[in-house]
Order: sequence, then structure tokens, then C-alpha cells
Amino acid sequence: MSIAERIPTTTRGRVGILVAGVSLWAVAYWMNEWLWDVVLYGAFGMEPANRVTETIHFFIYDSLKILLLLAIIIFASTVLRSFMSVERTRAFLGGKREGVGNILAAGLGVITPFCSCSAVPAFIGFVAAGVPIGVTMSFLIASPLVNEIAIGLLLTLFGWQITALYVVSGLLIAILSGWILGRLNVEKWVEPFVFDVKLGGQTIDPSLGLTFGQRMQMGVEEVKAIIQKIWIFLLVGIGLGALIHGWAPADFFTTYAGPDNPFGVLIAVFIGIPLYSNAAGIMPLVAALYDKGLPMGTLLAFMMAVVALSLPEMILLRRVLKPQLLAIFITTAGLGIIAVGYLFNAILV
Amino acid sequence: MIIKILGPGCTNCKTLTKVTTAAVAELGLDATIEKVEDYAAIVGYGVMSTPALVINEKVVVSGRVPNPAEVRTFLTAAAI
Repeated sequence: MSIAERIPTTTRGRVGILVAGVSLWAVAYWMNEWLWDVVLYGAFGMEPANRVTETIHFFIYDSLKILLLLAIIIFASTVLRSFMSVERTRAFLGGKREGVGNILAAGLGVITPFCSCSAVPAFIGFVAAGVPIGVTMSFLIASPLVNEIAIGLLLTLFGWQITALYVVSGLLIAILSGWILGRLNVEKWVEPFVFDVKLGGQTIDPSLGLTFGQRMQMGVEEVKAIIQKIWIFLLVGIGLGALIHGWAPADFFTTYAGPDNPFGVLIAVFIGIPLYSNAAGIMPLVAALYDKGLPMGTLLAFMMAVVALSLPEMILLRRVLKPQLLAIFITTAGLGIIAVGYLFNAILV
Repeated sequence: MIIKILGPGCTNCKTLTKVTTAAVAELGLDATIEKVEDYAAIVGYGVMSTPALVINEKVVVSGRVPNPAEVRTFLTAAAI
């Protein structure tokens, strides 16, 4: 029997199962806070002040904490976003002019459930429906750049001010890059077959006609799918974080990439572009580096470069965009990210 | 019955193919399953979120992997 069929259909049953799930989660999160002190330092008699045991403690505690946070963030955002769809977004954007269209597209890019494997059909579908190229690009840039998992993790790990700065600056980059691409008349750099595609068939809106149980099931499956995909990045990230936390000299990173280094942001972005990971995978590393005194602007720029500009997505988009347009796309988004990094470093002192 | 799985070959498309193949075998239907990977053809069906399941040229689900019971319902409905 699938999960959807096991979820009760009465309101009381539904509320009950949600409350039970959240309570279980809260108990696990609370236990993780103290259990490892008891197990490692108590039962195994390890020395709390020892650097090796401290690293082990940090690794176990942090891995579980991030996994628990991820599970609830992914579940909640998947269930909420199951009420939105690319089809609905396209209907909103059809007939909108540039400017307003770019703003709307960037906002919708954040809340629309979207897998980068659908980037190409979505691009063709938007263009075929008469959505301008620049507006379509605003959507495609905002979607990975302002990531719902990153929002959830930033909120729990760093507070709302940094989260707000992240969301606003990510949206601005998407709006401006899309608007600039629109101004440059880039139609000639789109593969010509895109303009020949006729929309046929009848569109099925995946956000409609789902039961409560099906939406819950989607949430659970998404948690499983994402964690299966990123656990290795996560463990490597947390492992590096644990090593940096326990072993790197306090001033190691600040000497090389601290607020005084004018090239810090540039270097971070250039390292970040070829790296490809989900926002969730690199957040533990970001947290550890922040503890060691790296400025937030540099770290956010690094994270944005990792999630927004990735080789696999470029290869996919190459099917519809000519190399010239891809190059302009990477350059505008990259410059935007660099600008955000320097801006934050200047504000957040 | 002609069944088409629309999608560029991502994990979800493979899962959908597996689920559909199993459902066809279980119901003992006489059906051919085709993969459609060409983007223009996919959008031609009005589909923007992959994977999508097309039975006898009609899109029945897009943007998610339906569970086996759902697929069986779609297949039975189309077989009548």
C-alpha cells in the first residue's frame, strides 16, 4: 500500500498524523542536542577537551542536525509547492511585458516546483506561449539561485536578516540579468527549432486534483530522493566543516580570504562555478567557514556560484541556447553574484 | 494500446517507465511502451514538466511519478 492510501481522509486524522510527525521530529531534534555528550563523553569516557573527540562529536551532531532540518524543510516546501506548477507559472507570465514580467518571473521561480531536468521543455514551452526570452531567463536563473532549502537552512542557522539579504539579492540578480538579456535582443542566439515548436495536446496542470494523501506522499518521496542524492556531498561538507572547526588555525582563512582581501569574493566565485552541489550540500561548509571568520558576503557569493551556475545545467541549456547566449548568461549572473558578495561584505561588518 | 513516456532520461522518467511496465504486465494488457526523448516532441504534447505519461496520444499525468495504483487506473480506463 502506498503512503497516500495509508493517510487518513478525515480532518481529525490528517491533523493527528501531522501533529504526530512534527512531535516525533521535535523529540529527535531535542535528543540530538544532548545525547552525544552522554554517549561519547559519558558512556565511552572520551575526553571532551580533546581535539579528536571534539571533531567526532561535531561530525555526528552536525550530520544529524542538518539531516533532521533538511527532512522537515524539504517536506514542508514540497507539500506547499505542490499547489504551484510550471504550467500555472506560464499562464501567469503569458502576455506580461518585460520589466514587470522579469519581476514576476523571478518571484515565481522561487515558489514553482522545478527540476533542472525540466529546464529545456520549460524554456521551449514558455517561448512557444509568447513569454519573452529575457523573462524566461529570469525564471530559469531565480529557480536554482533562490533555493527553498537554502532559505530554510539559512533561517535556522544564521537568522532572518541574512536570509532576507540572500532572497532579495538573489531575486535582484535574476530580475536584472533577465532584463539585460531581453534588452540585448538575444533571439538570434536561441536555437531556431525552438520558435517552430507548436504547443499541442492539452496541458495537464500537475498541481491540480491531488489529494491530501498524495501531497504528503510527494513530500516524503522528495525527502528520500534529495537525501539519497546529496548525502555524500553533505557528509563531505560536514566532514570538512568538522576538520576546519577543530583543526584549522583561527586566523588561517581570515588571512587568505578575510574581509581585508579585496580578491576574496572573486576567488570564491571562481572556485564555486565549476563546483556543483545542491545548496543543502554546501551549507555545513559555509557554516564552518563562517565560524572561522570568513565574511558572509564572500560565503553567500560562493554558495550562489555553486548552486546557480553549474556545468550539467549549462550542457542541458546548450540544446536551446547558442554558446554566445550561454556565455552572456554566465557572465551577467556571475557579475551579479560578485557584486552581491562585495556589497554584503561592505554592509555586514 | 500505445503508451509513451515523455522525458529526457532523468531518474523520474526511468521510475515512471518501470512503474508503467509493471502495471501493463500485471493487467495483462497488449501495449507497446515507447520513450519520447525529443524536446520538441515533448512540448508538442503540451508537457512542460517531465516525466509525463501518454496513453493513446492523450496526456494523463505530467510533472510527477504517479503511484502504481494510479497507473493501473489510467490503463484500465483507457483499455475500455
